[in-house]
Amino acid sequence: MREPIVRIARRLEPSPEMVFLVSVGSVIFAFLVSGFLFSFLGIFPTEAYRVFLNGAFGSFYALSETIKRMIPLALIGAGLSVSFQASVWNIGAEGQMLIGAIVGAWVALFSHLPSPLLLPAMFILGFLGGAFWGVFAAWCRNKLAINEIITTLMLNYVAANLVLYLILGPWKGKTVRGFAYTDPFPKEAWLATLGATRIPLATLLLAIIAVFVCYLILTKTTLGFELRVVGRGEKAARLAGINIGRVVSFVMFLSGGLAGIAGVGEVSGIHHMLRHPAHISLGYGFTGVIVAWIARANPLGVLASSFLFGALMSGGDALKVSFGIPFQVIYILNGLVLLFLIASDQLLYYRIIFRHGHQDTREEDYGGVVD
Amino acid sequence: MEKEIIIFRGITKRFPPDILANDRVSFAVEKGTIHVVLGENGAGKTTLMNILYGIHQPDEGSILLRGREVRITSPRVAIELGIGMVHQHFRLIPNHRVWENVILGFPRAPRFFPAARAREMVRNLSQEYGLDVDPDAYVWQLSAGEQQRVEILKTLLRKAEILILDEPTSVLTPSDAEKLFSVLQKMKEEGRTCLFITHKFSEVREVGDRITILRKGRVVETVAKGEADFESLATMMVGEKVSLFLEKPLVTPGEPLLQVEDLWVLDDRGFPRVQGVSLTLREGEIVGVAGVVGNGQRELAEALAGLRTPLRGRVFLKGNDLTGSSPRNVREAGLGYVPEDRRMSLIGDLTVEENLILRDYQEPLFRRGTFLDWKRVREYAENVITAYRIVPPLPRLPVRLLSGGNRQRVALAQALVSRPQVLVVANPTVGLDILATGFIHRLLLSLQEEGVGILLISGDLDEILTLSDRILVLYRGTIVGERERPKSGWTEEDRREIGMMMGGVTEEHLVVGK
Repeated sequence: MREPIVRIARRLEPSPEMVFLVSVGSVIFAFLVSGFLFSFLGIFPTEAYRVFLNGAFGSFYALSETIKRMIPLALIGAGLSVSFQASVWNIGAEGQMLIGAIVGAWVALFSHLPSPLLLPAMFILGFLGGAFWGVFAAWCRNKLAINEIITTLMLNYVAANLVLYLILGPWKGKTVRGFAYTDPFPKEAWLATLGATRIPLATLLLAIIAVFVCYLILTKTTLGFELRVVGRGEKAARLAGINIGRVVSFVMFLSGGLAGIAGVGEVSGIHHMLRHPAHISLGYGFTGVIVAWIARANPLGVLASSFLFGALMSGGDALKVSFGIPFQVIYILNGLVLLFLIASDQLLYYRIIFRHGHQDTREEDYGGVVD
Repeated sequence: MEKEIIIFRGITKRFPPDILANDRVSFAVEKGTIHVVLGENGAGKTTLMNILYGIHQPDEGSILLRGREVRITSPRVAIELGIGMVHQHFRLIPNHRVWENVILGFPRAPRFFPAARAREMVRNLSQEYGLDVDPDAYVWQLSAGEQQRVEILKTLLRKAEILILDEPTSVLTPSDAEKLFSVLQKMKEEGRTCLFITHKFSEVREVGDRITILRKGRVVETVAKGEADFESLATMMVGEKVSLFLEKPLVTPGEPLLQVEDLWVLDDRGFPRVQGVSLTLREGEIVGVAGVVGNGQRELAEALAGLRTPLRGRVFLKGNDLTGSSPRNVREAGLGYVPEDRRMSLIGDLTVEENLILRDYQEPLFRRGTFLDWKRVREYAENVITAYRIVPPLPRLPVRLLSGGNRQRVALAQALVSRPQVLVVANPTVGLDILATGFIHRLLLSLQEEGVGILLISGDLDEILTLSDRILVLYRGTIVGERERPKSGWTEEDRREIGMMMGGVTEEHLVVGK
């Protein structure tokens, strides 16, 4: 009798194709909207898109820059996927990464290990450093009932300030004069790069391995089953006799450790020194949260989403250089992409139904129950 | 005066995408009668009543009230037309007093200092109808039965001539239900009309001058009282011949399996909700724990399952002290638990097969070392799906997409994976339709035949009487009465006495009352 013109109905389960198409659509949409931003800055939007695409994929070099940025995102995103599957909201990958970088730098500069052991030690101890930073937050949650979102977030600042203290104080390089960074690492602590690119081969492999190991843990092991149960129903997990504290500690250990590896990779593969936190990370830890989230906490999906965000970063770099615009514009672009992806996620579960006919009526919703 | 006060004419209501809640519903309600609308969950009863109360608008069809076609565009319009509704889930504000709730939104409430006047109105109406309730009590202090009385008072104050009651007895003790029926009788004698929504056909004999049976949104029939017996009402509700008769196997209880001694358990607020419960459950025996929700059932069950550490007392399973053991130890010792809250047993986002192994994923059957053996899990799940006739038969379907009855089958199957000797089940058929209920009941009886001891904790007295060999009545955390099933089955007298004990009347008082 009286039906509104446009109505929204809930749908049960969006198909995978649908998820993919809508995600791609929302990225495109974000770019279209960012066109206004470029116009506002006096840049013709299509010109901006061209520069962006060229900077991200347009040449061998551009692609390699994208992959270089994808590596830490994939490492962090894979770990966070596992953590998010357990509904443990680790947003401290940034700090865990910096701790990994600090530990790696210590091994490189001060451990005096024989050179064949140097790189393996940097990675193993870097992993443990990041893992420790994560497990501390898990301990706070398990023993003191402090929400891990708060502790992991705050520990980011602790880690960043620790880096600053070290590079301005005790570890300040003897050869760098007024600059705030350490001496360069010995050559034995540098990662080999892939051909003529700036992609560290070791971390590329580690990232790919991490993605697949995380996927295996989640889908094939009893531990992965436990953590998915904890993530979706703590009550049921308790009745099943699952040790929730142990699961929380494990996911913080793994996600923190992988972030730590990302940190070692940045200092030993790219910078070859410990330097300002904003240079080591470029916000990888925070972007990693988005990467895992957009992949719906599926480690395999992280391969795609980390590539997308790697491209956003390197394309954004090209924009910055070509037009002399502030790098912050790129954050706005990232923000738009995220905004549209999040909004589309909600839309996936609804569909819009247009009424046929012309009656102009409205329906009040009392939230009545269908019975 | 019109004889037919309400006429539904071809009411159709769709809920997109594909739910047809009401399909050309037509029937008439006579003035001064109690008209029962009977149907299973999802039959469209509540939707139809929400349409009459102006919450929903029909897609097609019309309503005639006192012979005139009306458009009830909102509950306010409904109230002005003399229609009142008591929802299944009460619409009261717990932190407000009774009189405040009653005059909330009442247009003729005094504008300043309304308390005295409102109290008086509430008091007068309560006395007139025997709706006992203290106007100054806070709603949160009231029992479900008392809250319902407040809701009825609200409608009476607004001079409702037509009262809609949606599943009014689902939260009541049997004696509160009796009280409600007598109030309805009084209202009927005054010429008011009641629409009484229920899925329990056993209630039809208590109230109801005429009965309209709904199934899948359609009217099956409207019959007068006495024209249809239980079996035919059930058949009309379900759409196929159903046997309400359950054959209770003759099992002689064996050795004691579960022994509980003087158990005290705290609830979430730290109040001792179970106060000194002792009981024994033997092999092949079903012991029913009857009681109205909130009398310590949940805390008792959770203490047995290892989810709550008792304050005092002991729990023994086959002589082993299980007091304070973890849920896993309790399960490994042979006690299975099917909680009422299905979020505790099932996880909606996980698949049927994942839910089945939720508690026993570490069994050697389901894993190879640290890896789960999904192939064998799948095989196991497929067997369960066949044995329990779970529809649709898809092991990889998320459980949240199953119907309530199928979900409960999964929950029971999950608790039985470890082949427990003692099963604690809480309200296993709440919200299930007749067929699903029958299936669950038959399953419990067949477990009994296999020698499993079952502790059936339920607020549904019919269910308790159908299944139990022995009944304990739990009231405010203590066992206030016990009855053994007579050889010839439970009598009306047993039912009446158990019902009274559920409302807090103790054994001694029952004796005195005789």
